[in-house]
This record gives sequence, C-alpha cells and structure tokens, in this order.
Amino acid sequence: MNSRILRTLPREKAFYFFTSIGNYTGESATSLKEFTDKINEVNEKSLEFHFYRGDFEKWIVEVLEDKDLAEYVRKLRGQGLTGDELRIQLYTTISKRYNNLTSQI
Amino acid sequence: MKFKNNTVTLDVIDLKILEALQEDARQTYTAIGKSLGIAHSTVYDRIKRMERHKIIKKYTAIINAEKAGAKNITAIMTVFTDPKESEKVAEKLCKAPQILEVYTSLSEELLIIAKVVAENQESLHTFIANSVAPLSGVLRIRTSMVTKKFKETQFSITNNPKKLTFIKETYNKIGEDRH
Repeated sequence: MNSRILRTLPREKAFYFFTSIGNYTGESATSLKEFTDKINEVNEKSLEFHFYRGDFEKWIVEVLEDKDLAEYVRKLRGQGLTGDELRIQLYTTISKRYNNLTSQI
Repeated sequence: MKFKNNTVTLDVIDLKILEALQEDARQTYTAIGKSLGIAHSTVYDRIKRMERHKIIKKYTAIINAEKAGAKNITAIMTVFTDPKESEKVAEKLCKAPQILEVYTSLSEELLIIAKVVAENQESLHTFIANSVAPLSGVLRIRTSMVTKKFKETQFSITNNPKKLTFIKETYNKIGEDRH
C-alpha cells in the first residue's frame, strides 16, 4: 500500500500547478516526493489557488490513493492559512506523511 | 482567372463574385450576375472554377450561438512551448473540439495561441489541466477570459481596403467603358 502511494505516476496523472483558472505555471509533480518538493518551490498564489479549491486533497485521494494525507490537508483548510504560513503548514504535513511512508518500507 | 506557375490569379470579376458570395452565399447566379452586369452563366462558370481550385473552400452558416441557447465562455489561451515540440502540440490542440482556432506565433518565445470555448470556468480549467498542460512540450499556459465581444468576422476580400478600392475603381471603369 505504501509503495503504491509512493509510486511515480505517468505524465497525464501528474499534479499541474496553476495560479488561476487556465494559468499553468509550468510546474508539475508525478509523485508524492516531487509534490512535497514543489510545495516548497511554487509561488504562493498557486498554493492558495489549489488549496482553497480542494485540488490538493482531490489529487491525493483520487490519484495517489492516500485517504489519510487527503484528510490531513483538508483539516488545514479551516485555519484560513495564506502565504508563507500556508506553505509551511502544507509542507510540514505532507513531508511528515512522506517520511512516515518511506520509513515503513 | 489566370494560371501561372501553378498559381491562380483572380481578375476583377472573380473578386466581385467572391465579395458578393461573402455577403450572401445563398443568392442565385442570376442575382449575382444582375448586380455585376454579367451573364449568370459567367457567374456559374467562374464559381465552379473557383470551387474546383479550392479558392472557395465551402459554404457554411454563421450561427449566433447566444440566440441558439449556447451559454459558453470563450477564452484565448497562450501556450508557451518547447520549439522542438511546438508543431506536435499545435496538432494535438487542433483535435480537441473545445478549441476553435489554433495559431503558432513567434515573439520572444515560440507560442501557440488558441481560442477555446467551454461551458463555464470550471470546465475550461478542467480541460486545460487535464488535456493541455500534460502535453509533452508545454512549458506554461496563460489564459485570458473573453468578457465582451466587439467584433467577429471571417476573412473577406473586403477586409483589405486597398484591394477593395482597386476592385471598385477598376470595376467602375469597366462599367464606364461598356456604356
């Protein structure tokens, strides 16, 4: 199960980072590892755009198939996070999950 | 209509016939002939020749989408591409029914400009995220939503004011010579 979540996805299943409707940044992630790294790199506008649309948890549950991580991310939404604070919280949550999964393999 | 080195040169009467057809493609050969002062058989022959040589590509209806009940949104999508993959990206975009027009353009970078329609902003985003961003060679995408349409027309020989003046002047001269 853990290795399934940690697998590398084909290009068409990747997460594509946008800053608004139809505006693609050129950044994408094809695995949980890459997704974690990109959370630290993409601009704040992109993080806020996807976070408040629920795009992150949708991709995490539907593509990565990690219900637990999706739930952790969903719970963050109630805190009204923006900017750097959002980046830090997202990165902490996702990287913690990534480290847990890799340590269990 | 004249042929030279496999290229077709249209004369003033051909251009006038095209202008008439672009105004109303359903008018009869007789009506066109009458308005131009030439025989309907001449109109027929010239139209058939222009159809054969694909100068007239097709006859179509221009639909008023709003009146037909379509509540679509239109967007202009600029796709920045890797120059090596640009042609392939453009060809793939052409296959999507949501995309009405596709052009390549060279400014500081190689771009593809496409006109896209969608039911709403969400379906536009889903289409771009699922079908355009994943294409190999796409570097980034900028999309602008159309908020108001001021003009939309097809290319017409009358779009070229110089040519139109030339046609009118020459045609009037022919008319004067006839009388």
